[in-house]
Amino acid sequence: MKLKLGALGAAIVVLALLPIPLSEFRTVQLATVGAYFIAILGLDVLTGHSGQISLGHGAFMAVGAYTTAILMVNHGVRDLWTIPIAAAVAGGVGLIAGVPALRLSGLYLALATFGIAVVFPTILKKFDHFTGGSTGITLFGKPTETGHGAGIWGMTNNEWLYALTWTIAVFCFLVAWWLLGSRFGRSLRAIRDSELAAAASGINRAAYKVGAFGVSAAFAGIAGSLLAINIAYVSPDTFPIQLSLYLLVGAVVGFFGSIWGAVLGALLIQFLPDIVGLIPHVNTKQAGPTTLFFGLVLVALMLLLPLVLRVGAAIANRGYSRAQ
Amino acid sequence: MTNFLQQIVSGLASGGIYGSLALAIVIIHRSTGVINFAQGEMATLSAFVCWTLVDHGWSFWAAFAATLVLSFAGGVTLQTVVIRPLQGGPLLGIVILTIGLLIAFNGLTTWIWGGAAKQFAGPFSTAPINVGGVAFSKQDIGVIAVSIVVVILVGLLFTRTKAGLGLRAAAVNPIEARLVGVRVPAMLAVGWGLAAALGAVAGVMAAPSLFLEPNMMQTVLLYAFAAAVLGGMDSPVGAVVGGLVLGVLLNLVGTYVHWIGGELRLATALAVILGVLLFRPSGLFGRPAVRRA
Repeated sequence: MKLKLGALGAAIVVLALLPIPLSEFRTVQLATVGAYFIAILGLDVLTGHSGQISLGHGAFMAVGAYTTAILMVNHGVRDLWTIPIAAAVAGGVGLIAGVPALRLSGLYLALATFGIAVVFPTILKKFDHFTGGSTGITLFGKPTETGHGAGIWGMTNNEWLYALTWTIAVFCFLVAWWLLGSRFGRSLRAIRDSELAAAASGINRAAYKVGAFGVSAAFAGIAGSLLAINIAYVSPDTFPIQLSLYLLVGAVVGFFGSIWGAVLGALLIQFLPDIVGLIPHVNTKQAGPTTLFFGLVLVALMLLLPLVLRVGAAIANRGYSRAQ
Repeated sequence: MTNFLQQIVSGLASGGIYGSLALAIVIIHRSTGVINFAQGEMATLSAFVCWTLVDHGWSFWAAFAATLVLSFAGGVTLQTVVIRPLQGGPLLGIVILTIGLLIAFNGLTTWIWGGAAKQFAGPFSTAPINVGGVAFSKQDIGVIAVSIVVVILVGLLFTRTKAGLGLRAAAVNPIEARLVGVRVPAMLAVGWGLAAALGAVAGVMAAPSLFLEPNMMQTVLLYAFAAAVLGGMDSPVGAVVGGLVLGVLLNLVGTYVHWIGGELRLATALAVILGVLLFRPSGLFGRPAVRRA
């Protein structure tokens, strides 16, 4: 516990100092990493701890992002205040999605959530009077709503975005940490490991599983909202099926279920193109090579699955079992 | 009325494509309980291989035959090298692995052939053919014919050959099949090969009407999932019937329900998936699963 608190403190110090040596460009990239980090935290809660797979978290991110965009552009709400609303809306959608999910076993839940992620962009395009259709919604040119923080302590707009994203990311991490160590997290893991045994111990399976969906979607909603604020633009193509699948890759890379590993996954999603670009004769201007390596990373990790699971379980459960 | 008939025929044509891919998904699912999310991208890769051969001056049917053989070999290799080590482990692990394959194949085709859409002239002309005053597209009729032939061949393979008997035995009861001398691991590999070849049929038939590009089969995969779920996930006949029903249904709904139109075509397929999974999980032809808690 002491070790973990120390690690967290060190991480916060590093996060706070990191923008100083880095260029504006890298700072913005790291802000995006923060958004992915939050989304992967949500996926960790849902899949890693409650055992329900989601291939559709990009859709929940889209709900959060569009909530923010529509509130800012059509209703003149300041960006900061749209974040909790985005969390609430996405969380609500997650709770609603969690109810039918109760009836689907793992394989079919994967199928259904995959379908949702594929279909969601087409629905966004269909209701264009509300979502701006294929052109999306631009948040640029709304000086009264965005960039309010720039200037505080001499921060540029990009540094403000970085600070905002990572402050919320650390907050989300603490919430996830607390939740997973609490009765809620213990119940989820009991359900994941044996539904029957959990039910026999008096755990309300339906409530906890639906609750996990809600919490996870709320995290994704915050992530989507921050992504929208960072890039100041949302469109259906911001949330393709690939995003949902990359989040899954990120969660697997971060020792599935370990909220500490989530940062690894988030870094991978953002920086894999740069890493692949280091290979000689590979042109990452084109999407192909990066996508191929995303796939290969996931395939390789799954082939090493037994090892990954053992390490992941050891890391994820150490704190919780000792805390009892 | 003319329009109605045309919609039915073109619905059957796309339904034949959905059914072929659904059949591929069902063959793998009923033997190992896994849903192969990479099936669509494997089909796209096959279609690109066929296109390349045609581009090098091969005749279409020679290229098609070569593609089927290559796809079969590819499917067998994939199962042996990547899937087999995880066999017997948690199903979800294999499913996540197939998602890795989906992403990898998509990247591979984009890398090799680029993201731009390619014209793929199929074997059938797009000229209309008149039957009693109704103009049908020759391409639609051709795709329907190919689908029917393929389904009959697969049916004969399963019911009339020793290999088919072994495939079915390995799927229904692997342990007892092994006891009577069926080489179950080999059968599972053959199942993947068969599925890859079926996917190749779907990909090559879809390419002329959809334009060949790396994401071509992503939506078709969802339609194939809907067809497979509608048919009951474990029933090869159900997958084909499900594909045809879905193809016609989507066309009619798209034409006559203006609120849905073409834009919500995918959403309608998703509604079919969710509706069937929630209210009739065994689909039209599947056996209800009995599960111990």
